[in-house]
Parts: sequence; C-alpha cells; structure tokens
Amino acid sequence: MSLTRQDVEKVALLARLKFDEDALDKMTDHMVQIIQYVDKLSELDTEDVQPMAHALDIHNALADDEPRPSLPREEALKNAPKRDDECFRVPAVLGE
Amino acid sequence: MSIIQKTASEQLALLNSGELTSVELTQAYLNQIEQIDGQVGAFLRVETESALAQAAAIDQKRATGAPLGKLAGLPVAIKDILCTKDTPTTCGSRMLENFEPPYNATVVEKLLAADAVILGRTNMDEFAMGSSTENSAYQTTQNPWDTTRIPGGSSGGAAACVSADMAPLSVGTDTGGSIRQPAALCGCVGLKPTYGRVSRYGLIAFASSLDQIGPLARTVEDTALLLEVLAGHDPLDSTSVNQPTPAYSETVNQPLENLTLGVVDRHFGEGIDPEIEAAVQAAIQVYESLGATIKHIEMPHADYGIATYYIIAPCEASSNLARYDGAHYGYRTDQAEVVAELAEDGSDEGPLVRMYRKSRSEGFGEEVQRRIMLGTYALSEGYYDAFYLKALKVRRLIRQDYDAAFEQVDMIIGPVTANPAFAQGEKTSDPMAMYLEDLYTVTANLAGIAGISLPCGFTSGGLPVGLQLQAAPFQEEKLLRAAQMYQAATDFHTRRPELS
Repeated sequence: MSLTRQDVEKVALLARLKFDEDALDKMTDHMVQIIQYVDKLSELDTEDVQPMAHALDIHNALADDEPRPSLPREEALKNAPKRDDECFRVPAVLGE
Repeated sequence: MSIIQKTASEQLALLNSGELTSVELTQAYLNQIEQIDGQVGAFLRVETESALAQAAAIDQKRATGAPLGKLAGLPVAIKDILCTKDTPTTCGSRMLENFEPPYNATVVEKLLAADAVILGRTNMDEFAMGSSTENSAYQTTQNPWDTTRIPGGSSGGAAACVSADMAPLSVGTDTGGSIRQPAALCGCVGLKPTYGRVSRYGLIAFASSLDQIGPLARTVEDTALLLEVLAGHDPLDSTSVNQPTPAYSETVNQPLENLTLGVVDRHFGEGIDPEIEAAVQAAIQVYESLGATIKHIEMPHADYGIATYYIIAPCEASSNLARYDGAHYGYRTDQAEVVAELAEDGSDEGPLVRMYRKSRSEGFGEEVQRRIMLGTYALSEGYYDAFYLKALKVRRLIRQDYDAAFEQVDMIIGPVTANPAFAQGEKTSDPMAMYLEDLYTVTANLAGIAGISLPCGFTSGGLPVGLQLQAAPFQEEKLLRAAQMYQAATDFHTRRPELS
C-alpha cells in the first residue's frame, strides 16, 4: 500500500490540519514508514475472527431516566476562545 | 532517615499516631521539590498554597477526631491529564494552555474524599502520546537516575517525582504502557488496572478503549493503598465496571500459595538488553525460591501488538481529538491572520475551515498531529477494512492468547522494556523506534487486563530495571500480593537516585 504526498494532503484536510511544504514531506515519510510496519497484520488470516472493539462485554449501560441539571451556560462558555453572552462565536460559515 | 524517605504507609501511621502533621509532611515534600525539581522537571505546576491549606484542614479534622479518609494527610501528585475544577489542566499541550475544566474527574473527587493533599500536576507527553515525556509542549523531564536520560512516558513526571522523593504517591494513566514503562525506567512501582476498574470520567481522552488511570508509588503496599482509593464503579463512566473494590492494602502482605507464573520465551533473546534479561531471569528465580512454579507459555500473536496498537490508538485519537476545534475551548488562531490569508490566496476554503486547520496545526505538537493523521487515514473511505477492522480482529486474537494463558498460569512474568532509559533526543526523530518502546506493554491494554511494573535490578550503568507481572481481568488483588512477595524478598525498591 503506497501513500503519496497528495494523499497526505487530502488526509490533512479531512483531519482539519495543515502542513507547510517541509512538514508535509516529513509527515509523508513518517506515515509511509508506520504504514509499512503496521501492514505486518496482513500476514495473519483473520477471516473467521470477530472484531473486538472493546475489552469489556458491557452493552448499553444506561442511566436512569431522571432529569438532572445540565452544566450552566456560563460554565460551558467559560473556556471559549471567543464568545458573547449566550453563544460560541466562530468565523462566518455562510457566504456574505 | 528523613520523613520523605519513608513509605506512604509509614507516613500514614505517623500521622495517625500524632507524631507527624500533614503540614509538616507536605512542607517537607515542597522543600524537596524546591531543591530537586530544577534538575528533574517532574512538575508542571506545584500548588504550594492550596496544598498547605488542604494539609492544615486535614490536620484540624484529625485533631477533632472526625472520621478520616484512607489517605488522610498524604500528598499526591496528579498527572496533568485529569480534570480539576477551575484549575489549569493542560494535558501537556499548548491546545489546553488556558483550559480550566468546569468539573472534577471522578478520581480527583475520590482523592479529595480520601483526604489526600494535592501537591501539583506532573509533566507528560502531549495528550499522553509518547514514551519519553519529550512530547510535552512545556518542558522535558529528566530521569532522576541519570539526568541526561529520559524518564519514560507518557507519565514521565508521575514516575520521576516518586522516584526522586518529591511525592509519596502519584496518579498516572496508561494507554499502551504509560504507567508501567516510566515506572520501570525510574525504578518505582506502577500499576495499570483492568480496563473498567477505575473511572475515566474527567480523564482527557486519548484512546478511550485503552486508557486507564492507575497508581505509582515506591512500594507495592503504597500502590495497593492508592489503588484502593482510585478504583470503584462510577455511574458517570459507562465503561466502569460494577464490581466491589477489594481492600488491597489489607491483603497485600499475604503471600500466594501454589503460584504459577508463565514465562514467554520470545520475550527474551534477540532485541532485549542482556542486563535487563539477566535481571528479569534472576527475578524469576526469586519467585521459584519462594515456591512458585514456572511454566513456559506461548503468546503467538504478541509480535503483532505494536502494529495493532498503532492502528487502534490513532483511530480512536483522531476521533477524540476532533473536539479541539478552536471554538468551544482550547487554543484558537489569530482571526486577523485567517482573514489576511483568505484575501491573499483566493482558494475556496472558507474562513471556518481555515480557522479549524490553523488552530489545530498551531495548537497540537508534531506527534499528536502524526497520530491524528494516521487515525484519519486508517478510518478513511476504502481503508477502514484493511486497517481498523483488521486491527480489531487481531486484537481479539491477542485477547484469546491471554485467555488461554490464564487457564494455565496465574500470572505472566517478564520484562517491561527491552532497554533501560535512553538518552534525551535519541529517538525523537524516529517515531517507529519510539513506538517499539511499548513492545511488552501494549498487549495488556489491547486485551484490557491488569499489569504491574516493579523494580528488579540495575544495569552496570546504574539505571533501574523493571519486572512486569500481568494478570487476568480484575485480579489486581492477587497481582499486588504476588508483587509484594517479590518486594519482601529483595531490596531494589529501597535504593535512591543521587541528586542534590
């Protein structure tokens, strides 16, 4: 499985990251190395093996359906990099 | 012997008998930190005032005869990944430099309820991603046994502060070895509990199906005491298991009879430092002399542990770290720069996506970005089956190896690391070499079982060597008892690094 610089650039957009030219070269090199290493798993026949997403066999641990207070708005907004009295502020999403 | 050289259990007895106050004890540790931590760099922040205030309040509580928690008056250091209300919690990242969580992690609540004194926050690899603590955005931590070397990671500060007598007890987290490996390299005890034993509520997530909080201390008894406080069911964490917490500290001194230990031959030979191999083999002989039976077992898929881990952990990380978007909390880039770039390059990438990308690229360090990239790639369309699904299947095979092993033996004994602490900077430019550091530890996280690292010797260069015991899920009580058998027969845990 090969991975090109263009692939890495595309993944960076999906991951909401951005690299300059040098960083992109370095990231590509490292990712190629790591992916070559992890490809070692293809040696194993896993046709009849059930995937294991989790170490525990707990399913649907549900809380009682009792209303509880939520985090107060002021607390939730406290760490926002940019906010007004009620909302998180972000750059314009729709065109002007 | 100075008070800080005593074990936490001994200090607790002195506190309870009135020969020592928590203020005296806390001050003694603060003095040690003041004197030594300039060379070690274990703490990101020392909370002098609040620690002394807590200590004074606990002394007063003790004087009035009020019921006391299990750690009453003992100082504890906390890895900077556990949310503490209205107190900076950085996770070793610029992304969270100014983050003050609106609530406490369950383990922080438990420590406060146990009347522990919180000394400060320890250094770590950013978002717990690393094996040397060199990925911290703030500082490096030096190994107290040789300050030109790394302390291990990601809980490097947590291990170094215990080993240099700057805290009697310390809380770390372990996703692929992040408690056991630094404990081994710094010569202290570190335990990774079974997945689900300790609540992860308020633990800043790295890989949610692998992360587990656990104790570090200088002795097995102290480790048992701290685990007893940290463990237990928590309705706020749906993966926390509803099982009673055994009284570890009460049974830790009871040796196990008819103990059968499994040795995996492939753990030795090629790739392991001969001095580490010799120390671990000698430890196995100690167990034999204590009456344990040694059985050779196979773990056929152990060699696939690192490959499996470096798919699953980055996948989970890329999803967990998507929350750092520059909008809700954490770092955001300068808006004026975003606007200027937009005017300049005329591409159709909108201001919001630009803000996300620039904030995340500036706020996260290189290793964190690498893991997010790997995870995003492995989960992306067309690759999911080949990487993520494949890794989940191999994870099952690794768990089955353990299940089969624990039908034959009580525990598995072996090394924690293949090499002693390496030099600062030695592996920073080679991610794959750094990842292979976790060879002997990651499989316990993938399978969800318990493991402990304890001091079992020193290299000729004076660096600590760790011994690993691994046990079936929820067998921490036996694990601690087995570890204590070894500790009682040896004195490696009593040696101290020379710092001044």
